[in-house]
Amino acid sequence: MSLRTDLGRAKGLGSAKDGVSHWRLQRLTALALVPLSLWFVLSLLCVFDASHAEIVAWVSAPHVTVLLIALSIVLFWHLQLGLQVVIEDYVHTAWYQIALQVLLRIGAGLGALIAIVSVLKISLSLG
Amino acid sequence: MSNRPLSPHLQIYRLPLVVLLSITHRITGVFLGLGTLVLLYWLCAVASGPEAYAAAQSVLDMFIVKLVLFGWTWAFFYHLCNGVRHLAWDGGYGFELPQAYASAYAVLAISTVLTLLVWGFVAAAPGGAA
Repeated sequence: MSLRTDLGRAKGLGSAKDGVSHWRLQRLTALALVPLSLWFVLSLLCVFDASHAEIVAWVSAPHVTVLLIALSIVLFWHLQLGLQVVIEDYVHTAWYQIALQVLLRIGAGLGALIAIVSVLKISLSLG
Repeated sequence: MSNRPLSPHLQIYRLPLVVLLSITHRITGVFLGLGTLVLLYWLCAVASGPEAYAAAQSVLDMFIVKLVLFGWTWAFFYHLCNGVRHLAWDGGYGFELPQAYASAYAVLAISTVLTLLVWGFVAAAPGGAA
């Protein structure tokens, strides 16, 4: 006979209860990426064959610096949310799935940080 | 349990267009995720200085890389257009079958046209194809 109460046994079971927040964040980041990514691709079309100095001047414009950092955050956030679901759907070995999910978060976090630091390094190099 | 039939049987069942678009959304998402590595490489090259940038430009100028970039451009516009389609569904719009098929054809057409426009612009630029 267990002395645990019904509530004690039920606690911690069931869903993780953060599904709605994941769903909502995926849509919010998607919505933000519509203008941000379109702006970025159109901008790339203007600078794709530019010299290094021209690229640095472009990145260093304050509004470009801000938008590039915003894009870095939202892009890698959206990437993490999306690939998380792909891994959940197709990888069914528990330890392997957990390992991939951890690697994904490390990768997405590092990706965002590398992008942000690069943008800041370029932007601040002009002094 | 292991002998239960799979449904739909993917080798027999002909996938409807809307289903193909759904799985393509996921595949392009993964492909775009891999593409962020190229983006990071380019950004790091710019941040490292003119020599690294010149080296990156010559790598990106290789035919095989341009071919991947072309595929990436289509994947980007497809994921963008189909993502907007999904956002409309999330808002409760366009669920009727004729609407779903119309938006499916629209997504395919718009993403293909935008991809060709981008690469037409690149090819027509003074420096030639980037």
